[in-house]
Amino acid sequence: MENLLEIKNLHATIDGKEILKGINLTVKAGEVHAIMGPNGSGKSTLSNVLVGHPAYTVTEGEIIYKGKNLLELSPEDRSHEGLFLSFQYPVEIPGVSITNFMRAAINAKREYLGQEPMNATEFLKMMREKRAMVNLDSKLANRSVNEGFSGGEKKRNEIFQMAMLEPTLSILDETDSGLDIDALRIVAEGVNKLKREDTSSLVITHYQRLLDYIKPDIVHILYNGKIVKTAGPELVMELEERGYDWIKNEN
Amino acid sequence: MECVQEYINLFESNKALIDKPCTQKLNEEREKAFVRFRAEGFPKLKDENWLHTNVAKKFETDYGMDLGRKAGANSVKGSFTCDVPNLKTVRGYIVNDCFTIAGEDRNKLPKGVLIGKINEIAESNPEIIDSFYNQLASKGDSIVQFNTSFVQDGIILYVPKNTVIDETIQIVAQLQTNVDILTNRRLLVVMEENSHASLLLCDHSSTDKKSLSIEVTEIFIGRGASLDLYELEETTESNTRLGNLFVNQKHDSRFNHCNITLTNGFTRNYIEVVLDGEGADTNINGLAIGDKKQHIDNRTLVEHKKGHCTSNELYKYILDEESIGVFAGKMLICTDAQQTVSQQTNRNLCLTSCARMYAQPQLEIYADDVKCSHGSTVGQLDENALFYMQQRGIPADEARHLLMYAFAGEVIDNIKLEALRERLHILVEKRFRGELNHCKGCNLCK
Repeated sequence: MENLLEIKNLHATIDGKEILKGINLTVKAGEVHAIMGPNGSGKSTLSNVLVGHPAYTVTEGEIIYKGKNLLELSPEDRSHEGLFLSFQYPVEIPGVSITNFMRAAINAKREYLGQEPMNATEFLKMMREKRAMVNLDSKLANRSVNEGFSGGEKKRNEIFQMAMLEPTLSILDETDSGLDIDALRIVAEGVNKLKREDTSSLVITHYQRLLDYIKPDIVHILYNGKIVKTAGPELVMELEERGYDWIKNEN
Repeated sequence: MECVQEYINLFESNKALIDKPCTQKLNEEREKAFVRFRAEGFPKLKDENWLHTNVAKKFETDYGMDLGRKAGANSVKGSFTCDVPNLKTVRGYIVNDCFTIAGEDRNKLPKGVLIGKINEIAESNPEIIDSFYNQLASKGDSIVQFNTSFVQDGIILYVPKNTVIDETIQIVAQLQTNVDILTNRRLLVVMEENSHASLLLCDHSSTDKKSLSIEVTEIFIGRGASLDLYELEETTESNTRLGNLFVNQKHDSRFNHCNITLTNGFTRNYIEVVLDGEGADTNINGLAIGDKKQHIDNRTLVEHKKGHCTSNELYKYILDEESIGVFAGKMLICTDAQQTVSQQTNRNLCLTSCARMYAQPQLEIYADDVKCSHGSTVGQLDENALFYMQQRGIPADEARHLLMYAFAGEVIDNIKLEALRERLHILVEKRFRGELNHCKGCNLCK
């Protein structure tokens, strides 16, 4: 299988403080990777660096995505190239309806790919289909992005956007946080429906419960800015039984 | 010599010429106003009401004033239209300070409605001007007195009892000049009991010459009557506008106002609404978009004189580059105004570190059973929202525009005329994209 993403010796800082201290990670097309680890180990930093958040500075190392130097691309071009982040805390955007927001996103991507803008009928049909996939209420679609949404609705809206944009590599940053078990199931089912043979995911989570629904091929443990352990799905069970202390003690 | 003295001399040496084309009432009020203007001069920066707006400086230019009424309203209609798609209008034009309306337009109005020049209507219906002219503006500041001193004509709109005008009356003001010019514009609107009208005033300029237009509008809204007033300012950087709006509302009347500064140079709008009858309701909205070195100052006073009235005020500013915004809004709840419900909101975006906003919300309450609130914020675009949008593939510039447009949308959504609302949404979007920088004529119809 082809390498979709290669992270080599990645170091990154925020406000001068080093958070990532030499990450090495390779994701092949079609794989689902879980990244687990205790609080403050750098999981969210890694996802933010991948999508180009301006607050983070890469000080060393490289990221190759689809054979391109990812660090040279703007956040929007990374998106157009198929990188998607489901935010841990989705942002509220008062006054911008989900419909207008998605239309701007879809058409920007099409322009990047040299395609004509999508016509209104086609677009609305796509909205309907994808909304059904994650049980997103049609009333929400006319509201401002995330404004006044419950925690579950916000996460469902993230997966809806993911469905619309059909990413090649999706990063789910603590998508399970703040969800009750029913909402978790709906969100996870949405993610599974979107899975294709050539698409990959990085699932970032503290807990096992999301991984009961989204089955990872490979599990990494991130601790203190480095990946300290990589194994198969059985590692999830081990962490669930033993917690993170043994990892901390070993490193 | 100070410039105020030059205007005093100009007035005194041309008094006969100024008086000549005017009806007696205009000249009577002129005498009184000039006494006040001569005594007070132009407002100073230390004046509480003019703290951030140096208006006296704006009078220093050696403007031409058409006191001989030579220009007239020449053939504006052929060269200049101002259509809002899907909006039925009855349209009149102001060129500089001369008003015209075609007979065919006038005939579209219901029986008894009068629209025309002050001097003409003073001949046919003297009781209107005698009862209403300068009744509200006489207590205005020295800028208003300046207008009353020099004004030679204006517009009257009179809507009789129980008359509803379905079509929107649109008045398109335009400047056409080869020299720097000062114009005095005047509008008097009288809405008798249970009448209704909507009025759209478009203020344009197609000249690069310096211009100063001083506008005084007086509006009387009778018992149970309602008026929707939309003002759109779309001029050039060389234009200075000093607007003065006085509104008096009787029992159960309604007033909806939306004032949009889309492009301009230097703007000061004073708006005063007096709720002078129980159950009156007023909504005043404003949107100001500034960039370059533009200056936009809106000062409002809503005076609740009687009980059971409601007022809602929303003003928003979006300031880019080195533009300056000033907002001072006062709600005055008098002793008798029990059961008042009043709300004022002012929100402002400064897009650069050089843009400045001075906000001064004020609330004065003398009654003891009221529900009032006011609030003001100044901030920047939400960086988290911008990044979120970029992650979804929306380019940074486009994301900024979407956020600005969403911010402005709240004001535009309060406009009741759907066609105008749609049009303004498009215009504001174009404004943010920098596509309205060259105002050659009217953008409403492009």
